Amino acid sequence: MSVEYRDFTVTNRLDRLTLTIPDGERIAYLGRSGAGKTTALKAINGLVRATSGDLLVDGTSIASHDLVQLRRRIGYVMQQPALFPHRTVYENIATVPRLLQWPEDRTRAEVKALLQKLELPDFENRYPRVLSGGEQQRVAIARALIASPRLLLCDEPFSALDPIIRMELQTLLVETASDTTLVFVTHDFREALRIAGRIVFFDAGRVIADAATAAINVQQHPLVRRFREAAS
Amino acid sequence: MNLLRLTGEHLLIVVVAVSIAIAAGVPLGTFAHRRRGAGGIALRITDAVQTIPSLAMFGFLIPLPFIGGIGARPAIVALVLYSLLPIVRSTLVGLQRVDPHVREAATAMGMTGRQLLMQIELPLATPAIVAGIRIAVVTAIGVATIAAAVGGGGLGTLIFRGVAMVDTRLILSGALPAALLALGADVVLTQVERHFARKRGEA
Repeated sequence: MSVEYRDFTVTNRLDRLTLTIPDGERIAYLGRSGAGKTTALKAINGLVRATSGDLLVDGTSIASHDLVQLRRRIGYVMQQPALFPHRTVYENIATVPRLLQWPEDRTRAEVKALLQKLELPDFENRYPRVLSGGEQQRVAIARALIASPRLLLCDEPFSALDPIIRMELQTLLVETASDTTLVFVTHDFREALRIAGRIVFFDAGRVIADAATAAINVQQHPLVRRFREAAS
Repeated sequence: MNLLRLTGEHLLIVVVAVSIAIAAGVPLGTFAHRRRGAGGIALRITDAVQTIPSLAMFGFLIPLPFIGGIGARPAIVALVLYSLLPIVRSTLVGLQRVDPHVREAATAMGMTGRQLLMQIELPLATPAIVAGIRIAVVTAIGVATIAAAVGGGGLGTLIFRGVAMVDTRLILSGALPAALLALGADVVLTQVERHFARKRGEA
């Protein structure tokens, strides 16, 4: 799925953002807290609306999309796993398939396969409360990926996890979501390098740098330099 | 006087009244959650009703056509009014306590407002709603004894007759079973509440 911001503005959060994400790209939004990266992310699935300007998903303005239908085709993972506490792991992951009215045996088979891939075998009947933070986040990833979305939105999904599990999940995410457009919000420079092919730096509601991951080391903006120094 | 029959009558009035209050109160609480303005007004009205002394409430109901008069009907109407507040308020509180991140996740997955309410918010609010029902039932069992003053029947009949005849044993034969009913209802519904809380992953 492609995404295109056109002078996208949200009062006090984002200032005339213009940015194109081609289908299949893996892009990271990097910046400090309050820089506007989460606002930019949530604009894509309509959780945040524009004050002015427009946003196109697959070439169609977000205002013309049926948001409910669109959201079922876009995966979304945030820092808090936010699993449904009254539902088992299976029922959590089966949420979108049930909304899409898949036959139950198809859902069952795909959930099983995805849990294998995410190294959570036989977790179907457990409740979220008995899982560790890393396990909960893996279930949240499975819940976002089960219906094979062509676009995955991640809002600092690993920042609450310890460094070892964080690294494991970064690898796992890149492998599992390999043919999906990925928009990944983070304030961790190394994480952005590991996951994305392109990095967009946000500061105070504006984009201050936009470069392929390979070319990021020649960016001379002071904030980019500070991020780089902090990570090395 | 048949103690069993009066206890049955007492329970019937309470069950009918609280059932009606649940059927009206849960939607009202949901509405109060969705629309702050109108919801606030609904809450204030049920709040005000709660402050009317129960004997006065029956007095008010006697001259009213259809819902008032004497007998079981005004008794049930009064109990419905008293039961509404705890149920509306606990529904509202239960819905407000749902983790906003969980709500955001459900919305971002493409749930409609109705699906969010039925599949996520109300199930997660159930323990709180049951707590409200428990308070409503215990209150209603108490208030129902006063319903005998307007001919509503139930265990209050024995109490009022005992008072009139200055017969302590007669008073206690109504008061004790009423108190036991209230205690029993409290214990049972507390268990139900815990069961739901455990199921909802809170315990």
